[in-house]
Order: sequence, then structure tokens, then C-alpha cells
Amino acid sequence: MRLQYPSNIKIVSIPCTGKVDLIYILRAFEKGADGVYVVGCMEGECRFEKGNIRARKRVEQARHILESIGVGGERVRMYNLSSSEAPHFVRYAKEMTEKIRELGPNPIKMAKEKMAA
Amino acid sequence: MKTKTPSKLEKIIRAGHLAVTSECGPPRGSDAEAITKKAEMIKDHVDAINVTDNQTSMTRLSSLASCIHLKLMGLEPTLQMVTRDRNRIALQSDILGAASFDIYNILCLSGDHQQFGDSPTGQNVFDLDSMQLVQTVKLMRDEGKFLGGDEIKRPPKMFIGAAANPFADPFEIRVPRLAKKVAAGAEFIQTQCIYNLEKFELWMKLVRDRGLHEKVAILAGVTPFKTAGMAKYMKNRVPGMDVPDEVVKRMADVPKEKQADEGINICVETIQRLKECEGVRGFHVMAIEWEEKVPEIVERSGLYPRPVLKTDN
Amino acid sequence: MIVAKQKPVEEIIEEAKEYDKILLAGCNECVTVCEAGGKKEVAVLASALRMYFMNQGKDLKIDEVTLERQCDHEYLEEIRNTIDQYDAVISLACGVGVQFMAEKYMQMPILPGVDTCFMGVTEERGVWTERCQGCGQCVLAKTGGICPVSRCAKRLFNGPCGGSTKGCCEINKDLLCGWQLIVDRLTELGRLEDYEKLAPIKDWSTERAGGPRKVIREDVRL
Repeated sequence: MRLQYPSNIKIVSIPCTGKVDLIYILRAFEKGADGVYVVGCMEGECRFEKGNIRARKRVEQARHILESIGVGGERVRMYNLSSSEAPHFVRYAKEMTEKIRELGPNPIKMAKEKMAA
Repeated sequence: MKTKTPSKLEKIIRAGHLAVTSECGPPRGSDAEAITKKAEMIKDHVDAINVTDNQTSMTRLSSLASCIHLKLMGLEPTLQMVTRDRNRIALQSDILGAASFDIYNILCLSGDHQQFGDSPTGQNVFDLDSMQLVQTVKLMRDEGKFLGGDEIKRPPKMFIGAAANPFADPFEIRVPRLAKKVAAGAEFIQTQCIYNLEKFELWMKLVRDRGLHEKVAILAGVTPFKTAGMAKYMKNRVPGMDVPDEVVKRMADVPKEKQADEGINICVETIQRLKECEGVRGFHVMAIEWEEKVPEIVERSGLYPRPVLKTDN
Repeated sequence: MIVAKQKPVEEIIEEAKEYDKILLAGCNECVTVCEAGGKKEVAVLASALRMYFMNQGKDLKIDEVTLERQCDHEYLEEIRNTIDQYDAVISLACGVGVQFMAEKYMQMPILPGVDTCFMGVTEERGVWTERCQGCGQCVLAKTGGICPVSRCAKRLFNGPCGGSTKGCCEINKDLLCGWQLIVDRLTELGRLEDYEKLAPIKDWSTERAGGPRKVIREDVRL
């Protein structure tokens, strides 16, 4: 199955979504990412028991912080799928890309560019 | 039996009569008539009138000032005093203030937490608890001393009361808790409103087993329901209240316009049944914002006329 | 431990907005354990503040440091040589650390980054509950090891009050009644008869009521 997903997405591989720290998500935005989404296994199917639940909590924390500092909480979200669901992966990638396009560029990136100019 | 104070309530109890007390809640304003009118309605049917102290933590005209109004009418007030709002300086000071007007009864309480009232963001004090307040009044009266050890000139003469809730948890310490209040110096007890008669009678049995009924006068608390809604509210929302389902159902099964009468009936039946309960030395009729019904309840319960004391002073 | 919770980022922004160079100082002790002011929280807050001010067109310079403790001189001294580069410090230590730093660096604004709540325990991940109010005169030997001061909403020494229902406090159904816990413990210990001993009136002078407190140990003082 050679499926295509939008080329604007940069994948950061991690052994388990439980490794995703809140600061990773925030740093991505600081560095100019327009959106971040975390793709984990289905809830209840984590090999490390609660890795994906921890990830969900951290995504929620990131959403809250991004909302309160004016970047927008909708730029971050969590998806769950199992490893055999490549079509879902593509669908989520497209869905997220569309959502971010709708929201426009990360305001931090814009501000940074403006300041540099 | 010799009395320790000039309290009419004490005399009636010591003379072996079933005592009747009731209570009036002061207004949320400074109009004294709000309290004197309520007192007028019930004065011939009760031996003493409790005045609540900012009950449910709603700020009201003070209990002490209200008691003074009643005293000036020639009535017998019972000063309710909670430890929630005053430290030991203010409590002792107000006790002396009440004593200066010859207020002879006091009911010592801890008080509802302020969260329930109009000042949930306020501080609470609880320098003493209710038992320690009982001890304090006793010390002031019997030894003529302040908590600090100094002598009191003209000590207060007060018949000391406390509350008991036979229905709160844990049940196993409800009687030991009463024993503690008696040990602290409580001479009369006014109970939480009784709807679960079996549980109350069980409690009374345990009270008698320890002989506490001979050391303290237990006045059984009753409150008539005005509506079925009130019964439901008391059952579900008021902490430490035990309203059995059948009582709620009895209220709910009666058409709305008859519910008030049914509430009075339940109240009268409760008193009649508990008159037979050994150790019950009287009744505390709390008709919340329904004081006009107290005379009817007292009369129908066979507690009227009230005894007249020969040496009333 | 001393339990604290993070202040809303909006509140910190409001306090920080007049400064250009800020040091964010975490603490490796209690506030790390209760996930309010350790190294991780410092990094997250720094990132959030940088982004917020960047978005406002302001290039806020933030440095991060996490001290071993902020309630001891020696660790607070670690920033003596660098602190002057900043306009203000946001300390994520408890109120103790914030104050001790303020006392030490008289000309530096020290802003609190957390709300200090109580002395308590981690009941479970993400849930901390109070156990001690530091009344200065421990009565736990008499109350089955459960504290009536910190666990009873009315601090009753002869509880429970009439509001105790099904093991819970009258003020909140999710709050255990401290006196129910005391009675349960005394029962387990076979010492329920202790319940009937009247607790004497408390000397509150060793508590907050007696004014700011001090413990002096001449035998260890240098």
C-alpha cells in the first residue's frame, strides 16, 4: 500500500507516545511549526500500559497553554490508530493539514520574522 | 431538686415536667419586630425560646441582641452561641454581655461551616469547639473564672445546653459523644430534628444503658414539614439529617393543599410517641419560619398549658 | 512536602510584562515532586512566556535555572554572580523560597510562579491532599494518627460535628470526615475508649495565631 500523505508534515519518530513531553510540543511551536499532532496506538492497547494516555494528557496541557498565550489550542491534537491502519494515518494527516491551513500560519513564526526584519 | 441557676427552663425540668422550647431565627436586617413578633406568637406555649446564631452561616441580626429584645419582653431566651465566628475573648465577653441582661440559658454549638452561607470566602475561627464552650461556660459559672484564670465579678448564671445529632455518622460514637458533652458540663440537650423514630429510640436506649438520661435533660427536636418538597430537601440536602423514605412518601401522597396539615400531624405524632420514651425530658419545636404553628403543635401534643412556677423570678 | 500549584500563565504574564530580561528559577524539592515548579515546569513556562511575548512583538530574554532548594542560603547563593543581568526573577519555588530569595537579593523583583497551598501528600499521580497545618504542638498521639486540625473543616478537637455523613464532611461530599477517620483508626487500634477523653482547649499560640514562628536549636547552632 503506497499511500501519499501531505508533504508538509515532518514526522518525528518516537518509541512510544508516552515519550512525548509537553516541552517537545511547545518547542516545536517556538521553532515555527504551524501545528503538531501526536499519533499514538489505540487507547488500552499501549505496550507500555499508559503511554498514549500520558500523551493525551500532555497534548491537553499543550492545548491549554497555546490557547492562553494566543497561539491557539486547536493547532495541537492527538490521534489514535493501530499500526495496520495506514489509510487512517493518511486521512488524519490530510485532516490536520486542512485544519492548520484554515487556522493560518503560526503567529510566533510571523512575529519572529517581523522582528528579524 | 435544687437548681443551679435562676433559669425557668431548668426549674421546669428539675420539677419533672416535660419542657417545651422553640426557636426563632433573627431577621436579615435590623428590625427587632421581626423577632419580637415571632416570640409573641409562641410565648404562652413554650418555656424558653432559642435564638439562633447566624444559622447556616447567613449573616443575621445577632443572637445576643435578639435575646435581649426577648428578655425585655419578659420572656425566657436561650442564647445560641457558635464557636465559628468568635475566639475565646469574644465568646466570654458575649457570655458576660448576656449575663448582664440576666439571660439564663445558653446553647453551645460549633456552627455550620461558613461555606453554606453568604460569606463562603470568610475566615472561620473555631478557637474552641462546642464541648470546650460548654466547659468554658461551666468554668465561668461554677468557679467564677475566665479561661485565663482571672476572677469574674458577678459570674454568669446560665443553664448550659448543647446539641446532639443521633443521626449523624459514625453512629457508634453518637452516645459516647453525648457522654463527652455531659462530662464537659452540658445540663440539657436539644437534638437534631427527629424523623427516624426507630433510630432515635435506639439511640435513647443506648443513652439509658449508660445512665446519661439521668445526668442530662434530653429535649427531643422536632420540625414540621410545610411541604413534600421540604421533606425531600431535608432528606437529600441537609447534612446529618435522617428522613426515612416512608415519611417523604407520606408527605408526597397528600394533595399539595393538605401537605402542611400532614406535616403538623407527623410532628404531633412524633411528640406523642416520644413522650413515652424514657429519658426524653421535653421537646424542642423548631418550626422554621412557621412559628404561628407552634401553639397548635404544643396543644395537640397535650403539652398545654405550660406549668407555672410559684417562685418565678 | 509543601504542595503548590502553578499559577495561570495569564497571571504570570501580567506580572512579567514590564521586564525585558527574566530569570526563571525552579526548585528541586517539594515543587518538583508536586509538578508545579521543577525543571520541567520551568522549561514549559519559559517557552510559553517566550512565545507569548514574541507574539506581542517583544523579544523577552528568559534564562532558566533550577536550584537544589530555595529555602537554604547555600543554593540561593549559586545565582549571586549572575542575578544582576536580569530585571526580575520568577521563582517557581513555594512561598518560602520566593521570600528567602527576595530577602537575599534586595534590589531584585522576585515574582511568584506558583500558588503555595499546603503541606501534604501525593495520594495518587496528580492528586495531592493536605495533612498538616504546622500548629506547633502535635496531637497525633491522641487522635489515632489523624490530625483534627488539618483534616476537619472546623478544626474540632472533640469531633465529629453533626454534619458528618457516610464518612464525608458536610462541606463537600468528596472530602473525608477527619473525625470519621479518627474513629476508624481508634477502632482499628482497639482504643476507641480514648475517644471519650475530652480534648483540652488548644493553646493556639504555637500556631499562626502566635505571630511568625521561630525554632532555635542552641545545641546545633554555630
